[in-house]
Amino acid sequence: MHGLVNRAIEGFVRDSYGAGCWQAVTARAGLEVSSFEAMLSYDDRLTDDVLGAVSAELGRPREEVLEDIGTYLVSHPNLEALRRLLRFGGVGFVDFLHSLDDLPDRARLAVEDLHLPRMELVDHDSSTFTLTCRSGHRGFGHVMMGVLRALADDYGALVLLDHAEVADGAEVITIILVETAYSEGRAFELGARAVQG
Amino acid sequence: MSPGAGSVAADCAHDALCPMHMRLDADGKLCHAGPTLAKLFPGRTLAGQGLFDLFEVARPREAGSLAALLRAPGGKLHLQPRVPPGIALKGVIAPWGAGALVNLSFGISVIEAVRAYGLTNTDFAATDMTIELLYLVEAKSAAMEASRKLNQRLEGAMIAAEEQAVTDTLTGLKNRRALDHIVGRLIERARDFALMVVDLDYFKTVNDTLGHAAGDHVLRQVARILVDATREGDTAARVGGDEFVLVFPGRSDRARLAAIARRLIAQLSRPMPFDGQMCRISASIGIAQSAVYERPDAARMLADADAALYDSKREGRGRHAFHAPPGAAPRAAG
Repeated sequence: MHGLVNRAIEGFVRDSYGAGCWQAVTARAGLEVSSFEAMLSYDDRLTDDVLGAVSAELGRPREEVLEDIGTYLVSHPNLEALRRLLRFGGVGFVDFLHSLDDLPDRARLAVEDLHLPRMELVDHDSSTFTLTCRSGHRGFGHVMMGVLRALADDYGALVLLDHAEVADGAEVITIILVETAYSEGRAFELGARAVQG
Repeated sequence: MSPGAGSVAADCAHDALCPMHMRLDADGKLCHAGPTLAKLFPGRTLAGQGLFDLFEVARPREAGSLAALLRAPGGKLHLQPRVPPGIALKGVIAPWGAGALVNLSFGISVIEAVRAYGLTNTDFAATDMTIELLYLVEAKSAAMEASRKLNQRLEGAMIAAEEQAVTDTLTGLKNRRALDHIVGRLIERARDFALMVVDLDYFKTVNDTLGHAAGDHVLRQVARILVDATREGDTAARVGGDEFVLVFPGRSDRARLAAIARRLIAQLSRPMPFDGQMCRISASIGIAQSAVYERPDAARMLADADAALYDSKREGRGRHAFHAPPGAAPRAAG
């Protein structure tokens, strides 16, 4: 698994529950390292072990933890850069939804060896969408649930989300757009960061 | 093409395809400007204005008419708006009816321009690569930052590893930390031992005249000689640039230690060939024995061995001396 993924889980635990909790997770998972490196690659098994340990440590089901990680990725101030990269996807939430097809390619443009699962958006009518995630890693759909929820807030849209698993291991998220301009959302200035950078 | 009804439809199409375009009449006056281009001149009506009034034309040089612009090689233009911030634009011109169409772009200044004019995704055509470019710049900055942090942490880890190391990387001998540990343990276990401080003479001259490569070669040769002089259980350490310490546990025979010192000095004084040159050094030695002290102390013993070393140096180079027990006069021997 790419270090960025493991690093995201670690960041989620540290930023939401403190360094002590992360220590407990590493101990429970039997990790040899105390921290993951974002730009290194790790055995897939480690990611599974850590997720299991987080779930056990917090006493919450794995699906919930994954969804919270997705929310964390978009909404935590420490990951502002990531929120901005996602917002590049579109001017409005619907635009953004349509950009998800390109997300794995976009990710690879930034970090060559980062392979995100394929996603496919279908719009059934102007307010009903389904997003199909095909991933070798079960649970990716739950992360996307969190990402979508947080980004809907970010765009100021009001949405209802539903997660289901279909036969061939694919995960399908149903997105019902109740209102595109429900709240003001958060500002996104196209040139704001690029110049500082 | 007539400048009549058809041109309205054409302008709409152009606005969608090239939001930074302008349509000029035969006199070089703007008939229409795309919506993004209009943002460069806030509060001004562009229709009817002359291109040369709105822009300074950097290329083609000294072009003063529409005809001159149309003669530009490849139709390539460099324009600069005459209103601040005046970010330079790239353009391409093509004849259109009696006049011309010009499409503009920010070129390499796009990041600056997006910020200065507060542009958003909708200001660019869907085929325009600007958004992808901005995305890429930002994504790469974030990735670079992650890599930079990794490098910093690796450097920190390397420094920490070096700090915990017990080996001198140049010679492979023990380092100062290892020496302190070994001596500390001997004292803890109340074992008799002798410390020999070996200081190279003329080493600086070798370094200065023959270079650092020669200096490093000499240090490695010295290390080999010191290791050969030690038995299993003894320790040879490099504690400074040209300063070494030998530890001999269980060796208290003064005559035996003196013989070792003399043999070492003789070996170290032999010229060492390096790269067709001869490196000539010698050594001075100071010796301290734990048996002399009521309660031996590592720092104290090393300081006393050092003092004995300087006594021997005062007598001339290439000698050794024992730290004298309290009351006795220090003595240098040949």
